[in-house]
Amino acid sequence: MDRLSGIGVKVESGQGLEPELRGNALPLLHEIRHALARLIEEGEPTTIDVQSLPMGPGDLRRLLDALGEGEVRAELEALGKTVMRESRYSGVWIIEHLNGSGGVASRFIEISWVPSLLQAQVEDVQKGLTELADALATAGN
Amino acid sequence: MEWQGSAEEHSMAANNTVGDVLRANGVSRRGFMKFCAATASMMALPPGMVSTVAAAIENARRPSVLWLPFQECTGCTESLTRSHTPTVEGLIFDAVSLDYHHTLQAAAGQRAEDALHKAMEENYGNYLLLVDGSIPTGDYEAYSCTNGHTHLSMLKEAAAGAAAIVTIGTCAAYGGIPKANPNPTEAVGVQDIIKDKPIINVPGCPPIPTVITGVLAHYLTFGTIPELDKFGRPMAFYGQNIHDRCYRRPFYDRGQFANSFDDEGAKKGYCLFKLGCKGPVTYNACATLKWNEGVSWPVQSGHGCLGCSEPDFWDKGSFYRPVSAAYWGDVKTIGITAAAGAAAALAAGALARGKQKKAQEEQA
Repeated sequence: MDRLSGIGVKVESGQGLEPELRGNALPLLHEIRHALARLIEEGEPTTIDVQSLPMGPGDLRRLLDALGEGEVRAELEALGKTVMRESRYSGVWIIEHLNGSGGVASRFIEISWVPSLLQAQVEDVQKGLTELADALATAGN
Repeated sequence: MEWQGSAEEHSMAANNTVGDVLRANGVSRRGFMKFCAATASMMALPPGMVSTVAAAIENARRPSVLWLPFQECTGCTESLTRSHTPTVEGLIFDAVSLDYHHTLQAAAGQRAEDALHKAMEENYGNYLLLVDGSIPTGDYEAYSCTNGHTHLSMLKEAAAGAAAIVTIGTCAAYGGIPKANPNPTEAVGVQDIIKDKPIINVPGCPPIPTVITGVLAHYLTFGTIPELDKFGRPMAFYGQNIHDRCYRRPFYDRGQFANSFDDEGAKKGYCLFKLGCKGPVTYNACATLKWNEGVSWPVQSGHGCLGCSEPDFWDKGSFYRPVSAAYWGDVKTIGITAAAGAAAALAAGALARGKQKKAQEEQA
């Protein structure tokens, strides 16, 4: 057992009961709705740092369930794994930076045409150009 | 995170910028921007500031960091090393030059002491000094020593050449548990001794690991002291009280409380105010950052906040008395808290005082 989730916990209360508090899931969905409208009307992207918000038990699950799964899923391998997936609402991306043990180190919701981290970065493209040119030169082409 | 290389190697590496170090480790620009996004989050900065953070980190010089553990339980170091996020938080430590930490480093005895003094000499006036644990004073100064030197003398010597001091944990910040009544070693916090250096207090028993690295990230990124509150704590992490950010707050406002740890109210997750939760008078980031990779925090686990990031938290009455019936704060503080809440809370406080009185009568 190397994960906290591997610890067996028996929950005696709350099962099957409607939670009395809805927490921040609903307000966040409204915030995302406003951000989507802003993206369409003004082209302005929005990033929400989920970790900065007080979330009660089950709150995050409710939010993620409401956002669901969309068509796109991408993984980035740089300083550990990052998973970027589109929600069922196009333009709403869930970005999770994972730590060395597979847990989520930070979680963002990005409302944009494409996540900024997914785009190639100018510096990396320049480096790639140099490396490709060197490789071709070395091969005598 | 572990001790890597000699003090000399660290000193040479300190001449590089953080950007240089990351590039030398094969980190792509995309990876760097990810690091900056996570770092901005760690510093409690809004996501819109990622590009500002990136520009600052790119050119930041690696500061030399000395970590001196004094009269402590090592819980603060444990908290940091159990952070489970080596890919991001660990990088903060790769990005600084951790030149001395006697719990983590391989070197011991004279070799360790030589490394400490070498780092102090080479970075005099510029290094960041981290301290955990309180400092015994007076007739009890010798009760806490390393290699024959009292911690009081070590602190004074190391502080003289420091650019700033970060106290890690409530013991280093305010004296903490060693200072608790009857304070058998006349323990005090760093700020009681050092008066001529900027001091950033990062209290907690222990502090949240993300808060420790967040404060270091701020210094690393901007080279400045973050905005502090009246107890010397960074406002970014200690600017709001637990109660205001607690997900159980709506229950408080409705007057719905747990009266014992196993009653219906407790099972329904009602407010823990009547069971002694110190959330209304405690300033920390537990309600948002949480613990154990964001799994939970004390209140979510069903126990009230102990107020461990507040000065003298151990001596403010029972952990299980409501703040309105115990020794926390003064009339003004409690008055503000109660006014912000509901009449139901006052009724709860009165009820608790009634219980307290009854208990005292029974004891008599």
